[in-house]
Amino acid sequence: MNEEGLSTKRLVGRLLLLVVGMFGFGFLLVPIYDVMCEAFGINGKTSNSAFQGSVQGVDEERNVRVQFISSNAEGMIWSFGPEAAEIVLHPGEAHTMNFIAHNPTDRPMVAQAIPSVSPSKAAAYFHKTECFCFTQQVLQPGERVEMPVRFIVDPGLPGDVRRLTLAYTLFDVTERMAASLDLAGLH
Amino acid sequence: MSAVIDHHHDDHAHGPAKGLMRWVLTTNHKDIGTMYLWFSFAMFLLGGCMAMVIRAELFQPGLQLVEPEFFNQMTTMHGLIMVFGAVMPAFVGLANWMIPMMIGAPDMALPRMNNFSFWLLPAAFGLLISTLFMAGGGPNFGWTFYAPLSTTYAPPSVTFFIFAIHIAGISSIMGAINIIATILNLRAPGMTLMKMPLFVWTWLITAFLLIAVMPVLAGVVTMMLMDIHFGTSFFNAAGGGDPVMFQHIFWFFGHPEVYIMILPAFGAVSAIIPAFSRKPLFGYTSMVYATAAIAFLSFVVWAHHMFTVGIPLTGELFFMYATMLIAVPTGVKVFNWVTTMFRGSLSFEAPMLFSVAFVILFTIGGFSGLMLAIAPADFQYHDTYFVVAHFHYVLVPGAIFGIFASAYYWLPKWTGHMYDEVLAKTHFWMSFIGMNLAFFPMHFVGLAGMPRRIPDYHMMFANFNMISSVGAFMFGVTQLLFLFIVIKCIRGGKKAAAKPWDGADGLEWTVPSPAPYHTFSTPPEVK
Repeated sequence: MNEEGLSTKRLVGRLLLLVVGMFGFGFLLVPIYDVMCEAFGINGKTSNSAFQGSVQGVDEERNVRVQFISSNAEGMIWSFGPEAAEIVLHPGEAHTMNFIAHNPTDRPMVAQAIPSVSPSKAAAYFHKTECFCFTQQVLQPGERVEMPVRFIVDPGLPGDVRRLTLAYTLFDVTERMAASLDLAGLH
Repeated sequence: MSAVIDHHHDDHAHGPAKGLMRWVLTTNHKDIGTMYLWFSFAMFLLGGCMAMVIRAELFQPGLQLVEPEFFNQMTTMHGLIMVFGAVMPAFVGLANWMIPMMIGAPDMALPRMNNFSFWLLPAAFGLLISTLFMAGGGPNFGWTFYAPLSTTYAPPSVTFFIFAIHIAGISSIMGAINIIATILNLRAPGMTLMKMPLFVWTWLITAFLLIAVMPVLAGVVTMMLMDIHFGTSFFNAAGGGDPVMFQHIFWFFGHPEVYIMILPAFGAVSAIIPAFSRKPLFGYTSMVYATAAIAFLSFVVWAHHMFTVGIPLTGELFFMYATMLIAVPTGVKVFNWVTTMFRGSLSFEAPMLFSVAFVILFTIGGFSGLMLAIAPADFQYHDTYFVVAHFHYVLVPGAIFGIFASAYYWLPKWTGHMYDEVLAKTHFWMSFIGMNLAFFPMHFVGLAGMPRRIPDYHMMFANFNMISSVGAFMFGVTQLLFLFIVIKCIRGGKKAAAKPWDGADGLEWTVPSPAPYHTFSTPPEVK
């Protein structure tokens, strides 16, 4: 009986360990998800930092149409949009597109733009060497800025992709930033 | 059931304590099993009332009875209560009652924890139901509580919902640990793993599924809690998170969860069909391996719930084929049940009627599941009533009929009386007709494009929806008959023999009916 009691205790201990492990695994899924998305360029996620590598020349033979879309997340009242709806380029060329943001309110606000590329398999071939989405944007009352994104479409882009879309969603993160950082001039 | 057990006092052991405190403090697996079953039945009726509100609103097109906001709360709470409050506790109740008696154990391995895991449930569901009376109403984001609906756009009561899920999850995990410890450590001498009844086997596998995925559910609601109150951004794109990740983590829990709700029913039906076919179960070993295979596959198919969120083609293909693969072990099971019945001396008492209906209707639900597994077709079916029809076909005639079959099969053992067979058959036929009337037309309106979780619909869906509502009312009212049958059976009826079903097999039939308060204090010898 005593031996049995001990083994039950050990069994329950192991099962509890499994429970704790699976709880941890649930949280581990978060970095796994990010790593998978980045590694396979899925989910339209592009890199959060500037592209450092180089691409193999310019493919003059091919034209790729890059479209620009902007939208505001709920509650965001800035006007926000690209200077042009689309450009046609050769893979390997570096291009710049300006997005214009305007804060129409009478208070300073902070915004974060989140990019997404579709089709999602093209995301891995869309390199941003400079992007306003890498940082947060602080705009004073009534301020209007041009925000550049500089990018290269990798010549390795699969041949069946003739058109890709870069979409930005602009989020209002004023309250979040005010709460955590208390940025100068926000109050 | 208490009244009956009270009559019986073992000579050498003490009987149950008197009064209310017996139920609060009990560590007896039969008492706790009874409480689980009553609790789950109460939740079944409550969740059923919510379904009645839904079907009453959908009786005709247009907004008739309730506000859309309240309608959303009803669909959400109906799902949550039926999944976590009715089906899961009912199976834990059956496990508590039957597993120790099936393996020749005197009680569960951890009786005090058993008591605690039951009493967490009223707390969890009290909390959950109380949200309906709070400012802003209860959860209204669907039982799958996708972020950001359940975070950014949720009513303030969502925090209570999160804690209710936490508590119910802890209860399930403790129940699962208890069941594993009981099965692995308390089997009677000679009861090897491959001699265990299939109900015990399926529950062992279910318990491992619970331990593997309930903590992930706890994790995902914890992330919601942190997003809502502590400024994290797990599911908030503005802060670098991703709402799609919520769906991945949720369904990593959610898909094994649907097997948690069906595997114990597989086990019960695998006991009942041989009993009323008067033949041993065909393919016992293959049943065990098929159950294990289903459980294993359930971990690698979750994204078939998410074909339309924009996962890569390779992902869609992988999850499509993996999902279809589940049809193979499930087909093995259906084949074995049918073969068990083949050339048997069949009789159709209520448990058998529910079990046969289980096999037929669950298979229909399985086939519509195969249709949904086809990724390109799923884009048409996704979030329509076809999905509603599919999962109600696997849950109502699957899980719920499995529970009814088990209840009728073991009621004589629990109460010492035979239930009223005529009323039970009436209950079966009313449930069978009502359930099919309610859910079969949903296939058609779903294929025609009626979206789920919407309180209003296009005129062209009116006739089928009216039929569905009539069927649902019929099914709902019939469950009161079940309550009456159970109470009647507890209060009296023909005395049940120790083994009231001549074809039944198993250790539980070697003890008298009603089962004494303490059974197998001395382990039986199993050959």
